[in-house]
Amino acid sequence: MKRKHKRLTFVFIALLLLGSAAALVLTAFEDNIVFFYSPTELAEKSPGPNQRLRIGGLVEDGSVAKPGDGVVTFKITDTASTVPVRYKGILPDLFREGQGVVAEGRMRDGVFQADEVLAKHDENYMPPEVAEAIKKTGQWKGQGDAPGAAQGKSE
Amino acid sequence: MIAELGHFTLILALFMAVVQSSLPLIGAQRRHAAWMALAQPTAVLQFLLVAIAFLCLTHAFVTSDFSVVNVVKNSHTAKPLIYKISGVWGNHEGSLLLWVLILSIFGAAVAVFGGNLPPSLKARVLSVQAMIAVGFYLFMLLTSNPFERIHPPPFNGQGLNPLLQDPGLAFHPPMLYLGYVGFSMAFSFAIAALIEGRVDAAWARWVRPWTLAAWCFLTAGIALGSWWAYYELGWGGWWFWDPVENASFMPWLAGTALLHSATVVEKRDTLKGWTVLLAIITFSLSLLGTFLVRSGVLTSVHAFATDPARGVFILILLIIVIGGSLALFAWRGPQLTSTGLFQPISREGALLFNNLVMTTAAAAVLLGTLYPLLLDAVGGGKVSVGPPFFNAVFIPIMVPMIVAMAIGPFLNWKRGDLMPALSRLRVAFAVTVAAGLAAWSIYGDGPFLGVAALALAVWLGTGTLTELAGRVKLFRAPLDESLRRFRRMPRSAWGMTLGHLGLAIAIAGMAGAGAWTVESIQVMKPGDKVTVGGYVYAFEGAKNGKGPNYSLVHGTFQVSRNGEHVATLRPEKRVYDVSQQPTTEAAIHTTWRGDLYAVIGDPEGTDGAYVTRIYFNPLVVWMWVGTLVMVFGGALSLTDRRHRVGAPQRRTGAAAVAAGT
Repeated sequence: MKRKHKRLTFVFIALLLLGSAAALVLTAFEDNIVFFYSPTELAEKSPGPNQRLRIGGLVEDGSVAKPGDGVVTFKITDTASTVPVRYKGILPDLFREGQGVVAEGRMRDGVFQADEVLAKHDENYMPPEVAEAIKKTGQWKGQGDAPGAAQGKSE
Repeated sequence: MIAELGHFTLILALFMAVVQSSLPLIGAQRRHAAWMALAQPTAVLQFLLVAIAFLCLTHAFVTSDFSVVNVVKNSHTAKPLIYKISGVWGNHEGSLLLWVLILSIFGAAVAVFGGNLPPSLKARVLSVQAMIAVGFYLFMLLTSNPFERIHPPPFNGQGLNPLLQDPGLAFHPPMLYLGYVGFSMAFSFAIAALIEGRVDAAWARWVRPWTLAAWCFLTAGIALGSWWAYYELGWGGWWFWDPVENASFMPWLAGTALLHSATVVEKRDTLKGWTVLLAIITFSLSLLGTFLVRSGVLTSVHAFATDPARGVFILILLIIVIGGSLALFAWRGPQLTSTGLFQPISREGALLFNNLVMTTAAAAVLLGTLYPLLLDAVGGGKVSVGPPFFNAVFIPIMVPMIVAMAIGPFLNWKRGDLMPALSRLRVAFAVTVAAGLAAWSIYGDGPFLGVAALALAVWLGTGTLTELAGRVKLFRAPLDESLRRFRRMPRSAWGMTLGHLGLAIAIAGMAGAGAWTVESIQVMKPGDKVTVGGYVYAFEGAKNGKGPNYSLVHGTFQVSRNGEHVATLRPEKRVYDVSQQPTTEAAIHTTWRGDLYAVIGDPEGTDGAYVTRIYFNPLVVWMWVGTLVMVFGGALSLTDRRHRVGAPQRRTGAAAVAAGT
């Protein structure tokens, strides 16, 4: 092979890699991006039963019930709208009534079937999207955004 | 008083860094020996000053000096001593102080041990290091002063987040920072080389140990963090593709590529420009990682708005460092001409392939991590990009590299031959197919991906071992000859072998834990039994108790298999006194086959019943063992002779000089 051809080989391999990576990224984006809705937006957009999404808000006071078998039901509110949620599993340590929460799952028959419930490892946490949603309704009483991420490590 | 001393020494360190970043650089440009020599004392002094500042902050934490805001926010008198100390870096301001401390340690190390570096290169490297330091000192002093006072001081502090009160996490940030900051050395060498216009084998030999050390620390740091998430968060998972995790994983990917490309520069005097660029990219990703985690921007782009001073400062610093170094590269990079010829099928070709894959993977992770931020910033709605995306993109990108990883070491430098290399891998291939079929027959009901990943791990493992066997002429020479070769193998060769072997072991662990984890959630009354992964868990009930600064509920499970008692698991749920924050302490019984993992949740009803979550996580321990083997391999390679005994003598022959200044 000539020098020029050798270089072309690498350029070709690099383009092939980048091209396939780009294709992977695009298809994965299409299938795996999860949109975040507040209860009000959820009511407006009414997504189909197969679309995976995240909803966030406050756990409505007095709405948490345990019908048994490890199932928990509660309501998420942004003070304007409310969504009933059903979840089976152990709730995060900081899950409490009146606190911010984010749930991931699908909307089925008017009930949000969550397979993941996230609450921040911080008693003052308010998911920023939730804070924003509540600010929009004019009920906000906190100061600024609360720190920290919705899930995982807070170093 | 002591806090003011710390503040004062931090300001002095800034001035020292300003001197160190300017005079030696000018001296090197004008060939002024005395000015160049200034780099050493300033680097050492800067280290001493930061060390004093760090000790002052540590003193404030240990003595619980609640007139310091940082201590109030992150400590409490009832906290065990070790967590008072780890509280120093368990927050934004303190972690930055740790960052600059490590930066100055590395700088001082170059000043003291870099006696064999040419004076001009040494002066430039130390100057670039000091420039980074100046940025961080300014950031701390202007926006994040760790020594800020509060008046009147409160009686007690607010405590450290209980999740962080854990030995695994106490040492996770320092390890990670040793890695991040270690890459700053590669960066400084790269910038210095661009200024000098010269990159040669000797340069690569200086850069490599720093990169290798940083890589070892970063690998260990990531593993510690993942291990912590595994046992502390109580979800049975070990990697969530969380932005915070990605922030440390991207520099790791780029750093791994850098490690391999530096070898090519050293051995073959080619790929210079690319290696310099990789050094810049790696450190840029480290910086980005530090700030992504620290600035709160990951939660929301609006976090910037709540604290605009910090956010804007971070953006400007990132633009100056990344933009400036890339501009310098664009200007000076073309002068770094290579002398070596380059064959696609050769060792260097294989290493370049590794580089292409690793950087592509890093780019994909970067895109997935930043996409939600970018979309939100332009008002495109709120999205989250989670594990499904990363798994769908990252795993397919990695597969060809792991296949190639077993073949690469068989190829010769300059001109390799694929067919002989493949024929030497016949046995490894046969073992892989056999292992794949065996796994298929045992776990055939599981996901195909898991079987494929196990087969890949076997392929990489046996391929690496075959290479080792070939190197010591196992079965082809008398046994004592093989043993002799085994003992005399250079430690850098061991580093490669163990690094690859460790990855193979870790992949096996990830495959097992990723594909065949069994999860079971149920309500259990005392006396109830549940079978998970072939093990029977009998719940004996839960009791209340008290820890040093928390109260707890601990449940007891007797675990048996085929009627034989295996383990007693005691998961806890703690509530910390100060913050009233509950945490979950999973109980884990580790075996080579897999981990038995039990978590206790909230009580249900009044008859002593609890929600329990039980996992069987196959092969998880292999992941940690594999990572340890990788780190050990890297450390072993660091002690190689060529890094110690006067090896980095810059050859003065024309061959070594690629381009003059």
